[in-house]
Amino acid sequence: MTLEAFLAPPAEAARRSGPHDRIVMSSRVRLARNLRKFPFPGWAKKAERMALYELVSPALASLPELQGAFAEAMDHLSPLDKQILVERHLISREHAAKGAGSGLVLDRNETLCVMINEEDHLRMQALRPGLQLRQAWTALDAVDSALEKVLDYAFDAQLGYLTACPTNLGTGIRASAMLHLPGLVLSEQINPVIQSVNKLGLAVRGLYGEGTEALGNVFQVSNQMTLGETEAAIIERLEKVVLQLLEHEENARASLLERRPRMVLNQIGRAYGVLANAHIIASKEAMNLLSLLRLGVDLGLFPGVDRSLTDELFLITQPAHLQRLQAEELDADQRDEVRAELIRARLKSVRRPESPPRPPPEAAEAD
Amino acid sequence: MKCCVCKNREATVHLTQIAGDKVHKVDLCEECAKNKGVNDPTGFSLADLLLGLGAAQQVDEAAGGVEMRCRRCGFTQADLKKAGRLGCPDCYRTFADALEGLLKSMHKGTRHVGKVPAALRQVEDTRELIKQLQKQLAKAIEEEQFEQAAVLRDAIKQATAQLANAATPNKP
Repeated sequence: MTLEAFLAPPAEAARRSGPHDRIVMSSRVRLARNLRKFPFPGWAKKAERMALYELVSPALASLPELQGAFAEAMDHLSPLDKQILVERHLISREHAAKGAGSGLVLDRNETLCVMINEEDHLRMQALRPGLQLRQAWTALDAVDSALEKVLDYAFDAQLGYLTACPTNLGTGIRASAMLHLPGLVLSEQINPVIQSVNKLGLAVRGLYGEGTEALGNVFQVSNQMTLGETEAAIIERLEKVVLQLLEHEENARASLLERRPRMVLNQIGRAYGVLANAHIIASKEAMNLLSLLRLGVDLGLFPGVDRSLTDELFLITQPAHLQRLQAEELDADQRDEVRAELIRARLKSVRRPESPPRPPPEAAEAD
Repeated sequence: MKCCVCKNREATVHLTQIAGDKVHKVDLCEECAKNKGVNDPTGFSLADLLLGLGAAQQVDEAAGGVEMRCRRCGFTQADLKKAGRLGCPDCYRTFADALEGLLKSMHKGTRHVGKVPAALRQVEDTRELIKQLQKQLAKAIEEEQFEQAAVLRDAIKQATAQLANAATPNKP
């Protein structure tokens, strides 16, 4: 089966929902695991990487969780397919650059994804919409426990699971939540908030992980330390901070509406204006404006419009998805035109934001 | 105060990270801070930074002038300094001294307290059981309860056999 046929259509992917998904777009838990007898992928020779791939693939295929999964070697995927996987947050940008000896396995529901020979032999991750860190960890823990019966993990009683980079040593866990924080950005509170989160030993990164920009006001918060703390404690700490960020974001939105309603309306109205009327728009600008549109939907300025509209646009206006949709290769200029056209078409049925705003909807989510 | 990266210019950027009861401090000059991406709070993590500057120095100090090399995979101290990554699981033993301080500065502790593979956990449990049984055995002998001692001795034998079996798993 091709990747295109396997992946859920963007419209469906955008409708996935979970607790607090108004602000927490998704939760993810990743485990790094290596096999005792093999050098780490970055140091292994190609033959060793291939041998590991051959050993690990059948072990993964035997898991009940991965029946009917999409399993493919990275050198069998087109550059466009790899980019699509990155845009869906299923593989890292580093993994997309890998060739022979690396691969991925993705379950039918797109909630479990295993990268083979990324920085570690196995990088497995559980993904959930909304704030579901514990659920993601429970699911991944089970997969890991099943795998340890058939694979000889590199484990040390003192240091725990051994990983290529000492920053992942011990539990090998990286738990993260992807947050949409336009309120904190607009009220200029984001920098101090990031700093205080950093002080708690958590990392704040951009949309695509390490070293990326916070496009569209989307931030990833994750644990940094992996040794000397249990998985449950790490997840609990992250969850606490995420819940606090959630509260901060809701407060920021409420106080912006109360104190500076014109500024908020201006931003959202302009975003709508540009998106609904542009004929050329770059991906970065589109994402930042779609973020404001999403905020408008959250604040009830677009009655009848569902959040999945902006979330789907967020996905399909990214370069690889755009080209898949058009079924042809497009250069950057062409993409900017096609993107604008697509957004204009989708916003045709969306009426411009109402003003003045109705009383803001209750901050509490119905979950 | 001098910058802890270039050790030359005056440090003007002071970073503190508190995790639990541990405090990490880094002092940088403008330029080094910029190079390390400290100006961009979203792209910056103290662990990466600490790894970057601590590694080279500590690896050298621990080696004491001798070039270390992993016997299993051939990874050298120079490779470690360059990559900030290790070559194979055995490297953790080879470079244990060099990594010790680094791990301390990077993590909450230096001892793993999380998940343990079930097979190993069983081994640990069995070892603990043998210890307990041996204590009871000594006590039984002391109290001249020889019937009880015989039962305990058999139990220890059985547990020890289990341990020997577990030590040679049939794994690929």
